[in-house]
Amino acid sequence: MRRDDILRDVRSALRRTAGQPARDVPAARLRLQPADAESRIRQFCAAVENLAGKAHRAASCAEACAYASKLLAGGTAVASNAPFLNTCGITSLPGVRTGRFEEAQLRSLCAVADLGITSADYAIAETGTLVVLSSAEEARMISLLPPVHLAILPSGRILTGLDELFALLPHPAEKTSSMVLITGPSRTADIEMTLIRKVHGPGEVHVVIVES
Amino acid sequence: MAMAEDLESRFRKTLADSGLQAAVYAGTGLLMQKRQAVVNPDVLPDYEELRDHARAIKEHALANLDYYLEQFEENVRAHGGKVVWCRDGDDVALFFADLAREKNARLLVKSKSMTTEEINLNERLEHHGLEVVETDLGEFIVQLAKARPYHIVVPAMNMTRYDISELFQRTLGVGPETVPENQTQIARAVLREKFLAADIGVSGANFLVADSGAVVMVTNEGNGRMSTTLPKVHVAIAGIEKIIPRAQDLPAFLKLLGRSATGQALTVYTSFLSGPRRPGEVDGPEEFYVVLLDNGRTRLLADESKRESLYCLRCGACLNHCPVYRKIGGHNYPWVYSGPIGSVIGPLYRGLERDPWLPFASSLCGACAEVCPVKIHLPKLLLELRRDITDLKSRRGKGWQERIGFRAWAWVMGHPRIYEMLGKMGSFVLRPLASGRWLRRVPFVLNVGPLRAWLSERDLPPLPKQSFRELWRRRAQGRENHATR
Amino acid sequence: MSKRVSLFVTCIVDQLFPEIGMATVEVLERLGYTVDFPADQVCCGQPAFNAGYRREAAEVACRCLEVLRNDEFVVVPSGSCASMITHHFEELFAGNPKLLAETRRLTPRLWEFSKFLLEVAQVEDVGARYDGVATFHDSCHGLRTLKIKEGPRRLLAHVKGLTLREMDAAEECCGFGGTFSVKFAGISGAISRTKIESILRTGAGTVVGVDASCLLQIRGALSRSDLPVTTTHLAQVLASR
Repeated sequence: MRRDDILRDVRSALRRTAGQPARDVPAARLRLQPADAESRIRQFCAAVENLAGKAHRAASCAEACAYASKLLAGGTAVASNAPFLNTCGITSLPGVRTGRFEEAQLRSLCAVADLGITSADYAIAETGTLVVLSSAEEARMISLLPPVHLAILPSGRILTGLDELFALLPHPAEKTSSMVLITGPSRTADIEMTLIRKVHGPGEVHVVIVES
Repeated sequence: MAMAEDLESRFRKTLADSGLQAAVYAGTGLLMQKRQAVVNPDVLPDYEELRDHARAIKEHALANLDYYLEQFEENVRAHGGKVVWCRDGDDVALFFADLAREKNARLLVKSKSMTTEEINLNERLEHHGLEVVETDLGEFIVQLAKARPYHIVVPAMNMTRYDISELFQRTLGVGPETVPENQTQIARAVLREKFLAADIGVSGANFLVADSGAVVMVTNEGNGRMSTTLPKVHVAIAGIEKIIPRAQDLPAFLKLLGRSATGQALTVYTSFLSGPRRPGEVDGPEEFYVVLLDNGRTRLLADESKRESLYCLRCGACLNHCPVYRKIGGHNYPWVYSGPIGSVIGPLYRGLERDPWLPFASSLCGACAEVCPVKIHLPKLLLELRRDITDLKSRRGKGWQERIGFRAWAWVMGHPRIYEMLGKMGSFVLRPLASGRWLRRVPFVLNVGPLRAWLSERDLPPLPKQSFRELWRRRAQGRENHATR
Repeated sequence: MSKRVSLFVTCIVDQLFPEIGMATVEVLERLGYTVDFPADQVCCGQPAFNAGYRREAAEVACRCLEVLRNDEFVVVPSGSCASMITHHFEELFAGNPKLLAETRRLTPRLWEFSKFLLEVAQVEDVGARYDGVATFHDSCHGLRTLKIKEGPRRLLAHVKGLTLREMDAAEECCGFGGTFSVKFAGISGAISRTKIESILRTGAGTVVGVDASCLLQIRGALSRSDLPVTTTHLAQVLASR
């Protein structure tokens, strides 16, 4: 059995025996930097803008809806079933398709939608990153297939850095099959080192932070 | 150890190609700059600490690799996935052949993976009648061109927009298009069809997280997400050395990888994937396999002094900073891994006899070790490989001319009077040829060996009339005379 | 502390650039040191070590230890030779307790020239005068092994008449690399020419460095391109009046 052969070779290379536990495990290094809400929001928005994303601070759900409508501008959107989107009234905006779809149907919708709307479980201020866990409410492809991605989340979900994320979520695998950290629009520099956006993922990322 | 004629002529060709030289120098130069901007102490004050920590984690993970591999497998299975242990490319090909048959699969989409290049996966799969499409833009281009990736991170660094336009016309049947943004949209459209139709998505993995049974992918384009979300089956292929113990170890690595590779604090997409879709989840693969590949890693693991070369994160920083890579580029390296890391792991994976010149093609400047996020002592490893190769040659009865040369050299260096005499002789012969200026040519009979090689590229200094020790003696004599007067 | 120092002049300086050796002596004497030159010295063994011939390197390195067996500081006008002794002798003699002990007695006493001036003699201004525009080449071993970067620049800052202009590729390798320069001459030459382009962009009349092997490579390449820019060892600049 390959498995046994390979493990045997690994053990003999390391002079270890089967069943031996790991020796001298170094502690994980997580440095938490305290920061008040206002500075997190500011830092997050600045970081998003820095990546050619768009960040908008909304004082209310109504404002968030206005932003979404404006962005939609008569096109079609697919929104996830994230409870926050529902609470905010996003899912009832004209042009927004939402609901419990089968995968195949969701694919067809996303393939033609102009805009994909999701929430985010967390955001990371230092890097302008959205953290989206796949779930029954949050399908993966909504933030991936349409050419524009809009994420709407409450300001309280903004963390300072990666360290805080993994301190809060030491075992993402227990929660989801897919946690994706989204930091700006899809990009490449593969052709003559030229920076180009909108490769396979969305070419535009908008984030609305609802503060209330 | 004479370099093979055709190797030398290949180098000469590359060095004479001014367009290529400019592209590689500029490409690597840009990556160097981008990295510098985000690792300097003002921006990342704990950069050095992070390097030490990341190295310590890798050191620990590899020193206890069996434990973590088993833990990883346990957790993959707990989340509904399967681990496939493979010794080499043959095992991997067999696995895919069986899987494809079982699933009636015909089309595979692939996101970037150097590990799959190692085993020529695409070729093997095509041999089994499968269509494999590279979806990373650079790899897509390279695949169409039927070439090898030029650089670990920027596969088509050597190609211009005109090369790409010509390539797309020839292989995709589109009209001429030289604007990179438009070329990208062509690829986006072609590849989107493939993503949607593919039966199996194949990815690499930047990290395998033991306590989560998770595969972490660090990408920018979105093809990694596409390949691992749309097809029903996801197969992640990774060398066994990609293991890290915990999800909580990730922040340190993520802070180093993007910055070292492309100057990004985080790449656009960091995916943490553990298994097929969970009950209730709407999309994502229905089946999840992680192929753990040995392919020589267990042998390397056993060599304690060389084990650290397995810590490599494949960031490409060493390539970007290497004066040799920046001149000869990726295609002059014999295997898929180029630059300083390639010069170390190539011979270690494939055998020292295969490309015995490779570890010597370095000026040992140390820029690579300086920028390696996990502090691999690349120059030290190169020196050890040089020793191993010369020892091997000795045992095989090869390279005795050079060995005799160095034995003679050592003998001379141990006999100061002889050394001095030889020095005087050399000066006697060469000084008149220089007539006080730097020497450009020597007579035919002298134009051999190292002297010839030196003069092929630069001049020699006019040898002094007196060596330092002679001057010293005279000076001391003069002072003595002066003192006794 | 004794004001006697030993000079380990290095084979390249001895045979090709004796003026660098003399300049080193001059500077040290000006600072009040008496310089000894152990006459049996030849080489540190680096060429063999780098080429993979450790046995031969060890033989030569062993003689080096013998020759420098005294109580004095040893000054070396070369970053690569100094780092060979301080950083690689231990590797060479691993497994030989006697030679290891000897090495450990030598390495704390052995100093690359610019570091000696700054850290032992503790001077920055040696009263030098050198009129002209210069640029500084950071030799790889000096820079990365011995951390020689700011030191020479501080010393040069006090040289009257000297204008120092930094080249953008100051820290890039010159392409020498010992036997690399002849085994892979084409690549070595190409690397040197990139270095030269950077030098020319400064408009400097001379390139200053702490390693004669780099200066050999750079000057050789400058000369081949018929360029008038010269190379000058740090010691020569500091010895100028």
